[in-house]
Amino acid sequence: MEIKKTSLYKLHQNNNAKFVEFAGYQMPIQYSDGIVEEHKYTRMHSGIFDVSHMGQLFIYGENNLTEDLEKIFPLDLKNLKINHSKYSFLMNDEAGIYDDLIVTKLEKGFLIILNAACKENDFKILSKLLNGKYEMLLDEKRSLIAIQGPKSVKILNNIIQGVEDLNFMSGNWFSFHDQKIYVTRSGYTGEDGFEVSISNELSEKFTKDLIDKGAKLIGLGARDTLRLEAGLCLYGHELNKDKTPVEANLKWAISKDRVSKGNFIGSNIITKQLNDGVSKIRVGIKPEGKVIAREKTKIFNQSDLHIGEITSGTFGPSVNGPVAMGYVENEFSKKDTKVFLEVRGKKYPANICGLPFYKKSYVKGVNK
Amino acid sequence: MSDVKYSKEHEWIKLEGDIATIGITKHATEMLGDIVFTELPEKGTSVEKDGTAGVVESTKAASDVYTPISGEVVDTNQAIVDDPSKINQDPENSAWFFKLKVKDKSEMESLMNKEDYDKFAKESSS
Repeated sequence: MEIKKTSLYKLHQNNNAKFVEFAGYQMPIQYSDGIVEEHKYTRMHSGIFDVSHMGQLFIYGENNLTEDLEKIFPLDLKNLKINHSKYSFLMNDEAGIYDDLIVTKLEKGFLIILNAACKENDFKILSKLLNGKYEMLLDEKRSLIAIQGPKSVKILNNIIQGVEDLNFMSGNWFSFHDQKIYVTRSGYTGEDGFEVSISNELSEKFTKDLIDKGAKLIGLGARDTLRLEAGLCLYGHELNKDKTPVEANLKWAISKDRVSKGNFIGSNIITKQLNDGVSKIRVGIKPEGKVIAREKTKIFNQSDLHIGEITSGTFGPSVNGPVAMGYVENEFSKKDTKVFLEVRGKKYPANICGLPFYKKSYVKGVNK
Repeated sequence: MSDVKYSKEHEWIKLEGDIATIGITKHATEMLGDIVFTELPEKGTSVEKDGTAGVVESTKAASDVYTPISGEVVDTNQAIVDDPSKINQDPENSAWFFKLKVKDKSEMESLMNKEDYDKFAKESSS
């Protein structure tokens, strides 16, 4: 299969990007500044992320569409306001996660942002579930550009007036060089920021405007350290089809009202797990020393029993130390529980901790 | 010119008398990216040519450090353990990893000189 490139590929190249293959795309892992500097620049200033490999699925239809989507997602879509977004999951009958995603209500339908590695499969599953009743477009003609960090609102508002009035997890249509772009106040770094859906033709011009105003291109490497410090899950690591949203400690994303009524895919298991608890659960893990415990590192309790495994672990540049997330048996999931991580044959002490590792700075209630 | 040699695992080794100073090359640091963790062998331990003698980790991954020559570890560089970013800043000088009392100097003969290593590094990264 030929490797795909995003509309910003040339711009990445001209900015000395190092590339990696990710989900079938040639993507920048870092630029000349390196992951640590890029990470810090995002936290202190403003970083631009090309996330055009992610799926932008537009679904259009009449009233029944909301009802039909409620049979799939554990969301209260009937009460979701236009231009508001919710984090959710596409699940199988056992509540195993096929993908985690963001659903935004549009005037005549919904926009769903899907993970790059999952988007083709998601499209097949959703097409089958919706039975061809609605217009579905996995739009490859649009790019998706995230701008994240405390200075992003000023920078973006300079280019697109009015975005400063958006609240976290809401969006709207704006205009850029006479074309419609869709901007949401969202992101995956723990910082205030925006995601911009824009035509492939205009994406480079738009990104260059952001750079001119002081934002810097940031690679996938820093995106990973940023999201991990923010305690956010990455599909294929914390999430997969053998894990449920309850096990992933994401029950906040499931509408309570929908659970009480059931009737969505996986609802039986979700209800059971919410009532009875789960045997394994996702936690934050903070190593006591400097040793980095990476994915697949085994976790032991104080009696040397194997109680879980790390799903993501790295060095957190803003925390200035190692950080990790993983799954442990429920009885060892309490904050401050002492555990041991086996790295290169030696066991190192660590503590179960609350998430995030780095305080989130989402902006809510800016207007009206 | 001091006698600096290079290994295929991207270590450099400088021999002075029967003491060898070992570190990783600039090319290695460029491939690794930002180094955020270092583990060094303990003083007094014996290491065998091509055996592991430490670890460096970038934000992305962990990599073993090998010793290009056998000997006993007589000194280690605590400064790069305390601040691993020093390795990216000055890899072939102040950010050395460990010093060995060399067992058999003839092991140096199989290593590359600067010119050959630069060629090797260029080819292995393309």
